[in-house]
Amino acid sequence: MVTTSDELDGALGPDAYFAASLAEDKFKIQHCRDCGEYFFYPRAHCPGCGSGDYEWGAASGRGVVHATSVVRLRPEDGADYNIALIDLAEGPRLMSRVVDSAPQDVRIGDDVTAFVGEIDGNRVVLFRSSDTDGKDGG
Amino acid sequence: MSHALRGAAAIVGIGATRFGELPGRTHTENMSEAVHLALADAGLSKDRIDGVFGADFTDSMVGLSMTEYLGLNPKYIDSTNLGGSSFVNFLQSAALALHAGLCDVALIAYGSNARTGGRAGRGPGSVPYETVYKPRQPINAYALAASRHMHEYGTTREQLAEVAVAARGWAQLNPAAFMRDPLTIDDVLGARPVVDPFTVRDCCLVTDAGAAMIMVAADRAKDFPQKPAYLLGIGTATTHSQIACMPDLTVTAVAQSSPRALAMAEITLGDVDVVELYDAFTINTILFLEDMGFCPKGEGGRFVQDGRIAPGGELPVNTNGGGLSCVHPGMYGMFLTLEAVEQLRGQAGERQIAGAEISLCNGNGGLLSSQVTAVLGAESTL
Repeated sequence: MVTTSDELDGALGPDAYFAASLAEDKFKIQHCRDCGEYFFYPRAHCPGCGSGDYEWGAASGRGVVHATSVVRLRPEDGADYNIALIDLAEGPRLMSRVVDSAPQDVRIGDDVTAFVGEIDGNRVVLFRSSDTDGKDGG
Repeated sequence: MSHALRGAAAIVGIGATRFGELPGRTHTENMSEAVHLALADAGLSKDRIDGVFGADFTDSMVGLSMTEYLGLNPKYIDSTNLGGSSFVNFLQSAALALHAGLCDVALIAYGSNARTGGRAGRGPGSVPYETVYKPRQPINAYALAASRHMHEYGTTREQLAEVAVAARGWAQLNPAAFMRDPLTIDDVLGARPVVDPFTVRDCCLVTDAGAAMIMVAADRAKDFPQKPAYLLGIGTATTHSQIACMPDLTVTAVAQSSPRALAMAEITLGDVDVVELYDAFTINTILFLEDMGFCPKGEGGRFVQDGRIAPGGELPVNTNGGGLSCVHPGMYGMFLTLEAVEQLRGQAGERQIAGAEISLCNGNGGLLSSQVTAVLGAESTL
């Protein structure tokens, strides 16, 4: 039995397709055609209903800080940074960093907006405070 | 009718190395020392072992290497790695194997040189969408859960610190504990920040140590020199691997595993004499006490205040000093179980809970991911 694959990702599995999208500065998430839920991280099947029938769409980029922490480094190891869990407007939660304010000033409940940036040369989805920057999530 | 596993197997031998710094020794050497101490405790020769149970962060096929190193030839082996909860989980798989007659003498063992060997416990391996952000794991996942608990329920830094202070109080009664200096709430709050909201004193130790247990079917348990600790009930539950996928950061799978264990054991929380929880971080104790039902969800911070879980308090929790002050060599599940057994035997010295007959244990694995709750009881509870 062949599961339904999506023409958008073609020969690429969802993991590689997500990475290829990030390389083009696009933050995409999967939407299950059967149960209607969005899901993240990228998977071959919907973790809610198990369907393999999904489509990729651009994430709105809108999110809310669900939990937040600050990684404290010794000064010789670099600057402290934020690690947060973000609830996307579409529903899924993901780990990321809120990067445009002091890491300890990020608050649970803050509205944030996604953008594609880099950490150590890896393309990643990052967030900035919504009210300080109007750029969309790409 | 009772569950088939209720009281079906018992721990009849325990052994442990010194806790702390064991420089110049490999994790396997620490494991081996503990195994031979447990065999001596049970009055058994190693050739009687025919079931091997072990997990390790540094060796994914540790069941094979343990077998070879110890010179065994097991007919039953399990090296399922759930993280630190693995060793409480092995109580279930060993009891199943013993009850089914697939083996007669089960060895559960762990050894680590995480402190002096420079190989601290790692988080789960498969976290592709989190590691890229460089969270300081496993601390970071627990810090995020704490931030959410503080936000939703008003839990305070001082209340988290109270967990560490209580653990230190117990450690001061335990000559084997690694950290026994006095510790105050102010000391915890003023310690080096690691991952907000945690300071280093909200986080478990990283020590060297080995520990081992011998388990047999209940019908043989009284043939050994020590008082048996019977497995009365056990329950497991798993909700996620990566912390972003935890369904609710303030509710752990203990809310599922603990009722299962208590039901199998045919007890209620009021029957529990001593509680041994996997306190890798201060928030753990609060979450697990809530999820077991010792207090309502959200009340854990207030519950632990004023020394309630410290020596002399109403509920004895983590009576060896816990992972926070006694021992934590990468994976702690074995050590909390050993403390539960010592309490049931009445061998816990100054920290002994008088007349302890039922110990409630909880192993935590991964990033609050895997929870295994076990009820151990003395013979009088069968």
